[in-house]
Formats: sequence, structure tokens, C-alpha cells
Amino acid sequence: MPRPRPQVPLKGLFVGLKTTARIFMQTMFPKRGIKTLLPAPTIGAVTVQYPYKSPPEVPTARARGVIALKEDNCTVCMLCARSCPDWCIYIEGHKTKAPPRRPGGKERTVSALDRFDIDYSLCMYCGICVEVCPFDALFWSPEFEYSELRLADLLHDKDRLGEWMETVPDFEPYEAGSTAKVRKVPR
Amino acid sequence: MTPAVLAIDWSAYWQQSIFRVLGVAIFVILGAGTFVIAFLFKMMSYMQSRLGPMEAGPHGTMQLLAEVGKWLQKEDLVPDRADAKLFKLAPYIVLVSTFLLAVVMPFGPDAYFINVDTGIYLALALSSISVIGIVIAGWASSSKYSLIGGLRAAGQLIAYELPMVLAVVGVVIQAGTLNLQGIVAAQHQGEIFGWGGIGNPFILTQLVGFVVFMIATQAELAQPPFDMPVAESEIVTGYMTEYSGMRFLLFFIGEFATAAVFSAIAATLFLGGWAVPFVDLDENVMNVVGPIVLLVKMMLVGALIFWVRFTFPRFREDQLQAFAWKALIPLSLVNILATMVLKVAF
Amino acid sequence: MTMLTDAQQLAYANAQAADGRVNVELETDDGMVLNMGPQHPATHGTLRVVAKLDGEQVVAADVICGYMHRGYEKLCEVRSYPQVTTLVNRIDWLGSFANEVPFILAAEQLMEIEVPDRAKWIRTILFEMSRLANISLFIGDLALQLGAQTPAFLAFRDREFVLNQIEAVTGGRFHPNFDRIGGLKDDLPKGWVADTKAAMVRIREFCDLMDDLVLGNEIFQMRMRGVGVIPAHVALSYGLSGANLRGSGVDWDLRRDANIGLAYDQLDWKVWTHPDGDSYARSWVRVQEIREATKIIDQLLDGLPGGAVMAKVPRIIKVPEGEAYVATENPLGEMGYYLVSKGDTGPFRVKIRSASFNNISVVPWVLKGVYVPDIIAILGSLYFILGDIDR
Repeated sequence: MPRPRPQVPLKGLFVGLKTTARIFMQTMFPKRGIKTLLPAPTIGAVTVQYPYKSPPEVPTARARGVIALKEDNCTVCMLCARSCPDWCIYIEGHKTKAPPRRPGGKERTVSALDRFDIDYSLCMYCGICVEVCPFDALFWSPEFEYSELRLADLLHDKDRLGEWMETVPDFEPYEAGSTAKVRKVPR
Repeated sequence: MTPAVLAIDWSAYWQQSIFRVLGVAIFVILGAGTFVIAFLFKMMSYMQSRLGPMEAGPHGTMQLLAEVGKWLQKEDLVPDRADAKLFKLAPYIVLVSTFLLAVVMPFGPDAYFINVDTGIYLALALSSISVIGIVIAGWASSSKYSLIGGLRAAGQLIAYELPMVLAVVGVVIQAGTLNLQGIVAAQHQGEIFGWGGIGNPFILTQLVGFVVFMIATQAELAQPPFDMPVAESEIVTGYMTEYSGMRFLLFFIGEFATAAVFSAIAATLFLGGWAVPFVDLDENVMNVVGPIVLLVKMMLVGALIFWVRFTFPRFREDQLQAFAWKALIPLSLVNILATMVLKVAF
Repeated sequence: MTMLTDAQQLAYANAQAADGRVNVELETDDGMVLNMGPQHPATHGTLRVVAKLDGEQVVAADVICGYMHRGYEKLCEVRSYPQVTTLVNRIDWLGSFANEVPFILAAEQLMEIEVPDRAKWIRTILFEMSRLANISLFIGDLALQLGAQTPAFLAFRDREFVLNQIEAVTGGRFHPNFDRIGGLKDDLPKGWVADTKAAMVRIREFCDLMDDLVLGNEIFQMRMRGVGVIPAHVALSYGLSGANLRGSGVDWDLRRDANIGLAYDQLDWKVWTHPDGDSYARSWVRVQEIREATKIIDQLLDGLPGGAVMAKVPRIIKVPEGEAYVATENPLGEMGYYLVSKGDTGPFRVKIRSASFNNISVVPWVLKGVYVPDIIAILGSLYFILGDIDR
């Protein structure tokens, strides 16, 4: 309930002082059972000494950390490169002949992927490329620790993007009441 | 009256002077460093649910050294239209006031730098010198933000001198002397309404004076809620805006050194200084234990100052001045009146 | 209308430039001109306030914005609809889901799509959560500008709960990019409802904390009460919206008064107003809105209908020809998108009516005669975000 103007003069000041003292004590002496009276600010504070310790809750499974490429599924349709708002995906491919499905049939023309680079210095992490891919070749991974010292190293090529596939988590089940089907990540 | 320092007999005056100068420097700088680390880096951080600096040294205790190194290696900038001589002079004036203030502090029965009969009066007079330094900094920077900061500082610091002095008058009436050693002795040996168990720490009998003195100290140090001269979100850093490098470091250290010294003065005036209730005043061991006791009391008072600092927003200029002239000064005058009456009656 | 010659165009441009060039030298007749320039700790970004001072009192003030203009409306002309949704997240970057909503609603209005109920409800939940994220930072930042350093950190600390929940469902803490024409991108992950309810409890504790530390503080009240009073008729004539309007006593909330296509008509909630019209009233209304938003989210989570989150829409979306304007009650005020479509894969023209641009139009009026510290209090209580002003 909203509080009315404090009736007692100066009461607000003392309440404020008590609040900061309480937070100070919570940080300095977090409740730890029998060890409560020992000061332990590294446990009581909400901050985490990254990178020496990692945060208790790692980014959620859907977090947009990095995009992984499943090369086998890519048919070089160029939809992702076309729909990227920043034009940061560079794709090159060529057409080759593949053996026919049935012996005696016609040879098939398939596209082979030569180059698939994503420039993470431009990427907006919007996810449009992952969404429009009709062949399930791109996936989000919550991995975020890939900073580089040189800007050029932020251009991830086909092999590196394939390596990120190992970090892609499985799709989680949905909340009750949902009729959506849980997709599978091709491994 | 020959001052004796730590019961060691130094014959020449120049040797004693060197020792005193070193002692004051160590006291001021160590005090400032302790206050910065304990309160600014750690206490403020814990109040905000975070850890503060942790990299430099164990739990960030060497952060101040790192900061000093950082500030020292910065470029020496003087603004184009600034009055260069005054601009460079201002931080030193503020620091001089702090160092002179520390000279009157007693640490033990024989451990003091000087023992003058006008102890606390001298201290308060010397503390006003910093106002000149701040106003010079505000004007010589030739920047509108600094000018506003300097003008606000002039009004505020002069306005809050009076409540501070009047609060101290109550203490002086009760102690009967301006000498700081005498005030410590009066608290140690005094009696509260006839009971002399723990002496007469003036925080109990001069509670109103203590509150007024702490508020006035907060204002003299230009700390929130009285930090209009340095209102960081309006006038960037007020009179310190154009300063960088070593000069800003001097202002920064000066701010915390003044806080440390004022805490020491408040501890001496109200908490009993270096004396401990049941130990005799003349004991030689107090020459060693006294500074430690004083340090503990200093930290208590400093914790109070910084606790208030990190909790409250700041007053506006006119509200600040109204508070000083219309609330604090009448209150301290009433306090003096009551002290006089009670002192004569009991 | 006749075409202007080159010389006339040049003269016009020069006249505009001369008007815009404000003399910031030290003037002795009118008073000192203080330029609280684009780089300043307290102007929420790159806003420039030029104030003529007489001592510490403001005689006249002028607001110059545009330092952060990113050309959104032009950018939207050359992007497709999914790409525009991504861009538009970044206008009001603190409550970012709220930016997507009016645009998507306008496009859906043109396409005449009926969005499934579950999508509508989840949209409303995320909309209110963006309100929580935005305004909880407001109260911490306001206290910081007034000098209290602690509430800002506490606001960041408690806001994390909301951001973690937004990340769990959309994948991004600040830029969710989750609304799609026809529904939402994906459904809720398992356990989200329970986690969000726990987060709402923490936000209510945060509101109590801010009551203790900020709103109930006498010094804060001394700084904010009676400062920057905007009467109701002035607020209406300058086009203020959101909590600025409700803090002046005007009972106007688009969530209730306009049928905007979100689930508010099925919930039980209250619109908070305050009769005073000063800075304290605006801040108070915002903190009550946070509390109310937690209650709304609790009701939404309890009654969440089942079903699909996406209506049947074609793969490549082409909005039919037409124009639509939809305005919603965003955290900052009333935000509207006027969408002109010519049947393409992208909009022909998008006009963004952002709340903060209108909110700061009252600044020259309200700053007359106040002290310099009050400038900060008033600007803080009006609460704008530069991305919203300049787009």
C-alpha cells in the first residue's frame, strides 16, 4: 500500500538509514547457519567476481549468444543472407552434380557450400536469419565468451560456426497450455 | 612547558620539528587512506549489495595506491583562460588547512605535536582556510560550472562554521578549557550528575551539541546531503571540474583527510579522545595504546558521517542555508543556554 | 505551392541555422547562460538544455535535442517487416518490448488478422514487464540525480529479476525482438510462470524499498514537492502523456480508454493519478504503476489461456495497402506508429510518435523561475529517454 506522508518528523530519514544499514548487514553477514557471524561479503553481495567465478545462473537456454551452423542442412538458398538487416552473412556456393537417386536416373544438381561467414562485429543478434532458414541449418547457442583482441577475428567462418553446434542446447519443453511442438536439434 | 614526544629526549629543536612534521604527514595520509578504503570503497559497496574494488591487493585494499599511481601519470592540464597561478595554488591551500588542523590532535598523555591552551579554537580557525582554497579553485577555473560550485561552497561553508563553533562552545563550557588535553581529561574524570563510573563522555551530556556538530561537519566536508558545491549530477564536480591528474588527487585526498581529521576532533570532543574509562590518565602505556583507541573512535565517527552520506539525497542551496540559519544556530544557542544553566546548577 | 529557388532555399537554411545557434558566451545584461550540454551526467543521454540564469534562478530555458537522431523513420522505409521489428526495439531501449507492440498492432490492423488469445495475453505480460524494467530504473536514476547514490544500485539489482525472465522467454534481455505480425515468435518455456511470479514478489519488495529510501525521505520530498508544478490544462495542451499527465490529475490511460488489442479489458486493475502536478506527484504515480503492473502480471499469469501463439500468416508477409495508426500506453507515455503501406514486403512510411519528444516540449515553460538544482529534479521527474526523443 502506498505510504502517506510520514507523521513523525524526521521519521523518513531514520527509516532510510535503517534500510541502508540492513542492506550492509545482509551483504556483510549473509545467513549461513552456524557461520552467520563471520563476515562473508563475497557470498552476501549480489555481484559475482567474473571471470574468476561464473555467475550462478548461466544464461538461459534461449539466450542469443552465438549462431551455430549445421553445414549438412544448408542448401545455399541465401534466405538468411538476404534477410539480415546488417548484411553480415557472406555466403558463396557452387552447383555440382550429385549421383542420381536411383541407378539409371538423371544426375541431380545440388548446391555445395563454399563459404559461410558471419561477421559478429556487425551482427545485431536479432535472430532473423535463424528464423527464416527453411532447412534448420542455423541455431542459437547461449555461448557468449568469444571476444577477440582483433576485430577481424570476429568473422567466424564455416568451420568455427560448425564448432558452435556442440554448444547448442536442446529445445526446452513448453509451458502448460501450449500447443506448440518442441523441435529437435539435428546433431 | 617543554613538549616531550614519546618520552624520548630529543635535544635540538630542528630534530623535534622534523619528527612532528613527519608525524602529522603520516597521521593525515594514513587517516585519509583508511577512510577511503574502509568507507568509500568497502562500506559504500556493501550498502549497495556489491563488493567494491577487489583486484588491487587482497579484497582491494591496495586500490588507493593504484588510484594514486593512475592520477599521478595523467596529463597536467590547465584550462586556456584560467588564471594559471591561482589555479595551481588552490589545492595546496586546501591541503595546508587540513595539515594544520591535525597539529592540535593529542594521541596520548605525552604524545602530541603541540599542546596549546587555545587548542580547539585554533583548530576551528584553521579549518576556515580551506574555504579560501575552494573559492579560488571555483573562480580560477574560468568555467561556469566551477564558478557556480565555488559560489555555493562559499555560502555553505561560511554558513555552517557558526553552528560548529556554537556546538563546541557547549563542550568547552562543560570542560572548562579550550585545551584539547584538558577536554580529554574533563571527560575522563568528570561525573554525570554525580556518578563518575565511566567519566563524562560529552556525547551523553551534550547530545544536542554532538548532533549539531556532526551535521555541521557533514556540511563543512561538503558531503551529501550538503554537497551542493560538488553536486555531481548538476555541475559535474563543481569547483573541481577542471582539475585533473595530481591536482585532482590533492583535492580528493584532501577531502578524505579532512574527514579523518574532523572525525578525530569529534572523537576527542565528544567520545573521550585517547582516554579509556578505567585506565589512569598518566599511564605511560597510553602513549602507545592511545593512538589505537583514538583510531577506533575515529572510525566510529567516520562510519556515521559516511553512512549518512551514502543514504540521503542532497539539499538545495536555499534549503541548506535556511536549515543552517533558521534551525541549527538557534538550536545550538539553546544548547549553550541549557549547558550554562545546568553547569551552574550541578 | 511554388517551388523555391536555390537562393531561397539557401536563405531559409541559413535562417534556421541562425535560430538554432544559441549564444553561450557570458552575457551580462540578461544573466549568465549555462549550457548543460549534450555531455552531462544528468541529462539522461545527449540532451542539451541551455538556461539563462540570474544568480541561481533560471530566467529562460531552451531544450535542444537531436544529438542522437538515428533516422529510424527513414530506415524503416528500406527494411522488411521483420527487420523493422528488430530495429524498433532500440528506440526506447529500457522498455524495449513496448516499442514493437504498436507497430505490430498497426500492421495487424491493416492485414485484418485476429491474433490468438494466448498470444494476446503473453504480449500483455511482456508489455507490462517492459514497463517494470523501464520504470524501476527511473526511480533509482532519479535518486542518483538528486544525490543519493544507493538507490540506483538497488534498482539495477532488483531489475535483474525482470530482465532474467524476459531473457528466458525471448532470448534477449534488452532487445527481445519477440513480437511478430500474427502473434509471437515462440511460446513460454516450462517453469516460466512460476519463476515470473517469484520475480513479481521481489519487485514488490523493491517498491517497498524505494518507498523507504526515496519517496519517504524528507530531503527528497523537500526537493520534489512543489517543484515543477504543471497544471492539468498546461499538461494537456503541451501533449504530455503517461505518468506526467496522470501526475497532474488527468485520468487518462490508453490501456483502459482505447481498445488497443491487448488483454487489459479482461483484468481488474487501477489507474493511479495524483492531483498535485509537481515532481513528487509524477514520481509517486510511477512507483504506484510498478506495483500495479506486478498485480496485472499476476492476474495474467493466473488466467493464461492455452492455445497457439501464432495465427496463420504467410511466410513472406505483405501488408495490404492502407494506413493505420495505433497508439499504446508505453512506459514513457503514449507511443504511436502511423503505418503507411503500399502492399510491399516492407512499410512505405512509418511515422513514430514518441512519448518523450512531446514530454520535453513543456520544459521551457516549466523551467521558468526555478533554481538550477530544480532543473535536474524536474527533468528527472519528467523522465525521457534520448532514444525516444530523437529516434
